[in-house]
Amino acid sequence: MIEFEFVKPSTVADAVKALAADGAQALSGGQTLTPTMKQRLATPSVLVSLNGIAEMKGVTVGGGVVTIGGATTHATVAKEASAYPALARLAGGIGDPAVRNRGTIGGSIANNDPAACYPAGALASGAVIVTNKRSITADDFFKGMFATVLDEGEIITSVSFPVPLKAAYVKFDQPASRFALTGVFVAQYAGGVRVAVTGASNNGVFRWKEAEAALSANFSASAIAGLKVSPKDMISDLHGTAEYRAHLVKVLTGRAVSAA
Amino acid sequence: MPKDHGIGASTKRREDVRFLTGTGNYLHDITVHGQAYAVFVRSNVANGRIVSVGSDAATGMPGVLAVFTGADFTAVGGNPAGWLINSRNGEPMREPKRPVLAHGKVRHVGDAYAAVIAASYNEAKDAAQAVADASVIEELPAVVDMAKALADPTNRVHDELPDNQCFDWGWIEDNRARVDAAIKAAPHVTTLELINNRLIPNAMEPRASIGEYFPGTGDYKLTTTSQNPHLTRLLVAAFVMGIPENKLTVVAPDVGGGFGSKIYHYGEEALVLAAAKKLKRAVKWVAERSESFLTDAHGRDHVTRIELACEKDGTFIAFRTETMANVGAYLSNFATVTPTFLHGTLMAGPYKVPNVYVNVKTVFTNTAPVDAYRGAGRPEATYSLERVVDMMCRELGLDPFEVRRKNFITTDMFPYTTPVGLAYDIGNYHATLDKATQLGDVAGFEGRRAASAAKGKLRGLGLSTWIEACGIAPSNLAGILGARVGLYDAATVRVNPTGNVSVFVGAHSHGQSHETVFPQIVADKFGIPESSVEIVHGDTSKIPFGMGSYGSRSLAVCGQAMSNACDKVVAKGRKIAAHMLEVTEADIVFSDGVFTASGTNKSKTFGEIAFSAYVPHNYPLATLEPGLEETAFYDPANFTYPAGTYICEVEVDADTGRVEVASFTCADDFGNVMNPMVVRGQVHGGVVQGIGQALLEHGVYDENGQLLSGSYMDYTMPRADDVPFVTVDHSCATPCTHNTLGVKGCGEAGAIGSPPAVVNAVLDALNRAGHNIAHIDMPLTPSRVWHAMNG
Amino acid sequence: MTKVTMTVNGISQSAETEGRTLLSAYLREGLGLTGTHIGCDTSQCGACVVHVDGVAVKSCSIFAQDVAGSRVTTIEGMANEDGSLGVVQQAFQDHHGLQCGFCTAGMVMTTSALLKGNPRPTEQEVRHGLEGNICRCTGYHNIVKAVLAASGQDAVAMAAE
Ligand SMILES: Cc1cc2nc3c(=O)[nH]c(=O)nc-3n(C[C@H](O)[C@H](O)[C@H](O)COP(=O)(O)OP(=O)(O)OC[C@H]3O[C@@H](n4cnc5c(N)ncnc54)[C@H](O)[C@@H]3O)c2cc1C
Ligand code: FES
Ligand code: FES
Repeated sequence: MIEFEFVKPSTVADAVKALAADGAQALSGGQTLTPTMKQRLATPSVLVSLNGIAEMKGVTVGGGVVTIGGATTHATVAKEASAYPALARLAGGIGDPAVRNRGTIGGSIANNDPAACYPAGALASGAVIVTNKRSITADDFFKGMFATVLDEGEIITSVSFPVPLKAAYVKFDQPASRFALTGVFVAQYAGGVRVAVTGASNNGVFRWKEAEAALSANFSASAIAGLKVSPKDMISDLHGTAEYRAHLVKVLTGRAVSAA
Repeated sequence: MPKDHGIGASTKRREDVRFLTGTGNYLHDITVHGQAYAVFVRSNVANGRIVSVGSDAATGMPGVLAVFTGADFTAVGGNPAGWLINSRNGEPMREPKRPVLAHGKVRHVGDAYAAVIAASYNEAKDAAQAVADASVIEELPAVVDMAKALADPTNRVHDELPDNQCFDWGWIEDNRARVDAAIKAAPHVTTLELINNRLIPNAMEPRASIGEYFPGTGDYKLTTTSQNPHLTRLLVAAFVMGIPENKLTVVAPDVGGGFGSKIYHYGEEALVLAAAKKLKRAVKWVAERSESFLTDAHGRDHVTRIELACEKDGTFIAFRTETMANVGAYLSNFATVTPTFLHGTLMAGPYKVPNVYVNVKTVFTNTAPVDAYRGAGRPEATYSLERVVDMMCRELGLDPFEVRRKNFITTDMFPYTTPVGLAYDIGNYHATLDKATQLGDVAGFEGRRAASAAKGKLRGLGLSTWIEACGIAPSNLAGILGARVGLYDAATVRVNPTGNVSVFVGAHSHGQSHETVFPQIVADKFGIPESSVEIVHGDTSKIPFGMGSYGSRSLAVCGQAMSNACDKVVAKGRKIAAHMLEVTEADIVFSDGVFTASGTNKSKTFGEIAFSAYVPHNYPLATLEPGLEETAFYDPANFTYPAGTYICEVEVDADTGRVEVASFTCADDFGNVMNPMVVRGQVHGGVVQGIGQALLEHGVYDENGQLLSGSYMDYTMPRADDVPFVTVDHSCATPCTHNTLGVKGCGEAGAIGSPPAVVNAVLDALNRAGHNIAHIDMPLTPSRVWHAMNG
Repeated sequence: MTKVTMTVNGISQSAETEGRTLLSAYLREGLGLTGTHIGCDTSQCGACVVHVDGVAVKSCSIFAQDVAGSRVTTIEGMANEDGSLGVVQQAFQDHHGLQCGFCTAGMVMTTSALLKGNPRPTEQEVRHGLEGNICRCTGYHNIVKAVLAASGQDAVAMAAE
């Protein structure tokens, strides 16, 4: 790891200031960033810990919306987001207990790993990602593998999830990393059903619009029986072919609908 | 009542206390005063010409003490292959030099071509990066696929060789024509092509070494993660560095698992010694996990075509195999024996098959060296056999249990000489098959299958019957077969004046529990408490000699040496007792820790004898030496032959292809068992490594020779939630006939017997569900299983 | 260099750190507490698990300066006051839950956190709870047994032997 200066501000405002420095980068749980720095794939000169910022932590519920502070750990969400059980369960299924005790929603969403769980939850819920300078809908936020619309130094301070009528997330583990080989989040709202898929596509998390239409008309696993997912653009690697992932998208969507 | 003491008791492990309290002494935990740190500069291409090494880039960087390159080691020896194998045409194998640091060419990703020594780890790491960035390596096309490597002699891993073949071995060549004829004439032949997937050992403690040099005496010390410090000393001292053995001490402290990967000598060990000498200070190196992935010797990696010829009723007539075995870029120390004598000689299995012929071509590729990994050759043999037998049963509609029973060597046939050159001393294969059938409740399978079906899961049952040759090895036989070392072991039993005992053993424990189990034996021998016995291992300056721990040999070879040394101590004790009790030696009876003059009530305890041996005030010194310490070297008369039956049940999720191991049952014959708790633990661990091979683990290189599964993000280690409890039985024991302990060895069994049981179970599940699938290559990932079902 | 102070196993301790000093390095090199092990560089293996303010974390992925002032418990702090093995440690010995011992510190730390949150876990909950800890030696059989036993359950009956 390359040496850097470590700072730990206690307010968002101070963090924003610290992040304005040349080569500064935010640190939350470090569950992704630390291993990346060990490999020297990330070489910040100033590391700005968000872990001392009380205003970025915790789960609040109000007006049919669950809002999670950007620096809230997966373990806390699993325990405290009971107002949105599918989301709590998603958080409780990330990695392992020690990872959940450190990893945060802000880090996960900012990182937008193509196999991460939260991006699917956020996209399927039509969540709003709130930063130190704006609010962005999930549909506008994710821009393909490891890419988002976040500007340099912009901090995710919270994420707001409208609570659906029914929802479920079904994750099929990549057996080594335990990220999602493919994961599907299905959420039914009064206005329609949203289906978000992670782990499968070379373009990162995406909405499966055909399934959304079919499920909006009939919220049952049989509604998607006739649909087919194209393997084009699907990830093919050691753990599964593109065809296999395309197949999993459909199987898991069906399972999510049944579980919702 | 289970025993609570001595041989056969499940004594709890004394080594646990230090590991459970964080006071173990692993290499990474050791700090030598003034130590500097080595970081290696490793190739990121699989095949490349070293145009220039950017050593200068490190000059003047903070903390940098020295940079070594391949040029610094051209005058010293290469890391040798321990076993000479000749090709079928009589030509000796090809042995390219394996240098301490790559010189001229790099030959696999991770091949080290420079090393930086600095005052701190971070400084060394920073400077190594600078050297890497400043080095020029011209990338050449990589040789990765074995078939292509053999077919194309123009692109070679070693320019000085004519092609990429190391040798082309036939076993037994003289039988080839007969086997060919038998297969040609057979009523049925089943042919199977399969891959035995490359595995990466992944002992949880990464390799590490500390080199020290003492200018005042010219002595060296190497502290290293080794399964066999004496073997390492021999290789580093005599073969590579040219240091006299008496000037080098090798210490292997607490070692966090080995599984084969820490048998071998690696260049890093030579480098830290050379650096320590040059800098006159200790030099430490600890591998990062990513380095371990790239540079630890990998395992398996065979491509095999096996034919099974039989009668229509399933009676075996012949086995014939053709295998390509990957040895990687350089020959690791046991790389040549693993796919040959540890593999071909087991190709008769536990069966009375009259004709067997094995052909193995070993192939150089631009990948990490491949060598013995838990089981070493025997898992490959067992997998080929047990898969092809299963396939034959399906083709002919025969019951796999009955076919095994019909073909097993029977108890009246021992000693039994196989057509591939081994003489099995004893066994009872029917007994373990029956035991596993009963413990695994095979009779109840249909009921469980229906229950699984009700949950929408496909259930299957797989069987594997296995045998191995372990307790490696009779030196005379090994010598005839090309070994360049002997494979005996040694122990010194030192009875201290107050009657407690220090035992110095050549075996090394890195999980095997010697510190607990060996004292159980000594305690029984001497009639003293286990707690009065201490085992010392892992230090060449203390222990007499030893070839270390691998090949399930610790107990069967070193344990037997220790037992023999105990017998010598008792013999000496009788002499002392005879003197003290004023009777003749022949009158002394030793039992339960007491030397008694027979027919009298005169006796001396073991402790009294020990004390007397060190306070010999009235000894007849011409006929009785003071002291009570004996050393024994033991070279086994034969291999030992553990065997058993494994039964696996799986559930397959037809929608996703995901396989879950529902149950796993083992009935093993290990001969006499010294500590049942420890033996069970060894089997559990081996079985899960085998389940890992069957379902999860795969070392994969892409066509450019980049390791795709180079971290735990992609190399699937079995986790707690991947496996069930494993049912283990070792009651069907037939004690080994050629060692007095009657022991065989249990360390590798689980990894040998389990992969075919798992794969057979999955294929059973799929075929029962109406699919017609002959074979799926390991690992049976969900994607592969789904594709097998759906095209 | 920045001096970082923490309460480690009940004792206030300090050591000099760089920004890049990981908690694992702080403990091992700074304080000489080498019972916490390093088995990987991708935060996957769990050999390095310690408790920070009562929860299990991977010390290889946390910077020492980020947890300055915390209460940290390592394997060295798990024995009883009189030096005898704690309940979880004792269960691991009783059930042969370790072989080479390299993964053991992480296993014990993860187990004790697991049992704090779920005092009577099922076999599946135990296996799931140990998902982030890799052991190459034991096949997990005896580890799972030890955890069940440490929770006061009849582990021998629960393990299908
Ligand atoms: C063993 C293991 C298993 C895992 N399994 C899963 C899994 O199953 N599913 C899954 O989804 N994830 C998984 N993860 C990833 C885990 O969820 C991480 O916690 C997450 O991806 C990153 O969160 P973090 O808080 O650790 O972020 P960090 O690692 O600290 O940061 C990640 C990136 O986000 C940036 N960042 C952090 N916080 C913010 C913020 N508030 N605003 C803007 N930028 C920010 C950082 O600068 C950095 O670039 C796993 C990780 C590990 C080690
Ligand atoms: S060393 Fe921390 S998870 Fe492997
Ligand atoms: S006991 Fe060796 S890794 Fe777990």
